[in-house]
Amino acid sequence: MSKIMEWVDARLPVTELLKSQATEYPTPKNLNYWWNFGSLALFVLIIMIASGLFLAMHYKADANQSFDVVEHIMRDVNFGWLLRYMHANGASFFFMVVYIHILRGMYYGSYRKPREILWWFGIILFFMMMATAFMGYVLPWGQMSYWGAAVITNLMSAIPVVGEDLVVWIWGGFSVGDPTLNRFFALHFLLPLVIFGVVILHLWALHAVHSNNPVGIDLHDEKDSIPFHPYYTIKDLYGMGVFLIIFCAFVFYAPNFFLEPDNYIPANPMQTPPHIVPEWYFLPFYAILRSIDFLGSFSKLAGVIAMGGAIAILFILPFLDRSPVRSFRYRPLSKQLFWMFVADCFVLGWVGYNPADAAIFEGALPLIVIGRTCTALYFSYFFLLWVITAFDIEKHTPVPKSI
Amino acid sequence: MDIESDEGRRDFLTLATGAVGAAGVAGAAWPFVKSWSPSADVLSQATTEVDIGSLPEGQMITVPWQGKPVFILHRTPAQIEAARKADGEKLPDPAKDADRVKRPEYLVVLALCPHLGCVPQPIGTGNYGGFLCPCHGSHYDTSGRIRQGPSPKNMQVPVYDFKDERTLVIGKATA
Repeated sequence: MSKIMEWVDARLPVTELLKSQATEYPTPKNLNYWWNFGSLALFVLIIMIASGLFLAMHYKADANQSFDVVEHIMRDVNFGWLLRYMHANGASFFFMVVYIHILRGMYYGSYRKPREILWWFGIILFFMMMATAFMGYVLPWGQMSYWGAAVITNLMSAIPVVGEDLVVWIWGGFSVGDPTLNRFFALHFLLPLVIFGVVILHLWALHAVHSNNPVGIDLHDEKDSIPFHPYYTIKDLYGMGVFLIIFCAFVFYAPNFFLEPDNYIPANPMQTPPHIVPEWYFLPFYAILRSIDFLGSFSKLAGVIAMGGAIAILFILPFLDRSPVRSFRYRPLSKQLFWMFVADCFVLGWVGYNPADAAIFEGALPLIVIGRTCTALYFSYFFLLWVITAFDIEKHTPVPKSI
Repeated sequence: MDIESDEGRRDFLTLATGAVGAAGVAGAAWPFVKSWSPSADVLSQATTEVDIGSLPEGQMITVPWQGKPVFILHRTPAQIEAARKADGEKLPDPAKDADRVKRPEYLVVLALCPHLGCVPQPIGTGNYGGFLCPCHGSHYDTSGRIRQGPSPKNMQVPVYDFKDERTLVIGKATA
């Protein structure tokens, strides 16, 4: 065995790569469980690619057949129901894991120097993941698939001058139809492989600068780190076990919990469902889109810009945060802002879930007012974080000298 | 030959080669990009003929045209009157009712909300006697004009013509 490895290593240094980047890769010794979600995201990506590949072997992208073929997968294909429920719920869990992963990065300042490029690859991954999820949701060709695709592709028409032509080009027709479904399937198949490639770049950027840690200070010497194997392989495996228990509980006992009943009605271009609602993971951004309705004919474009900007603003987060301290553990004001931001995202999600003209307190408080307020709060997180750190308003608590 | 002028020549050659290469790639990409545009069979479904002779006053039908729904409303005198009255009001997307219909009795509009493309609900559902888009709450009047809500524009009037007394043709063959 060692003879064979010697032969291989002389030609391709496999052993050295595994040692330096996996088994003996130095990792901070104080990582907490929030650091499990990166490897967990990779694990879910693998579940999605595997289940998706086998679903694609039974699926047909055709406006006249897709709805029926999904039911064929559910009823006739051996374990087809399991493949589809794993894939559909996997999407929801992928977003849960990734949202926690992003928020962990925000709380412990993992986006700060020297990890900006690592952070940017993460945002690019998040954008691609949303595009993939959106196109995947169109494939069952139910009412929500169809009208979700109609609403989101129509967002492009807000772009001045070229918008209208751009939408026709994306559709391959004058409305969402068979050509749209076909190209979305092709792209839905391709993008996860591109995502996998960018994950490798994300890991390269991580291994170049090494992991941040809950204390948020640089590692001083060898005493601060431990080898990835066996310490973090075992910790990641434990996290995967916990994840699988929750994931399987949904797949086997509540497989339709995250799905919309209206998507079990075949797509009908002549009738919009009374209440179009995106998948839960898009709800906060959908609420931001809808909350800009007070600018007359600019509302639509402004809404689209606000929605895109809500994620794109993460790109400049490394430059907005000027605190001398990375981890929010020692930053009392930043910590409060962070939890306001998290709560705000939940409220935005709730606003996005409800109809546009809904109100609470017997009509006294329209949800649109709450939506506008929460949109303002969402963006003010980034502004206030800059204000309190750029002008030294925040006084940090003592930071340990070493981990 | 001095080195500096040689470097200038090299820079020029590198740039020129790069530019020609980029133009070539752009040219080769064009057929791929263009393949996404509507194909010939999609373009051929340009017109729809509708028999409107049996459509009673006050009622409407939804017909498909190029895969999109079109509302044809046989308007009552009251609905025509309401539409004309609103001509003088301050409208988000100003348009005269007379410019939006070929015959005052028939309103023909694309049943896709200009906001984000949902199909509005039938006549009488909106706040101004017209159509309500259920997605984001845009209200249209009896001329299909936006009166309230996030939509920036009026419901679009497709190209159409009355072939004879009872036949309506939506779209044109050359479209």
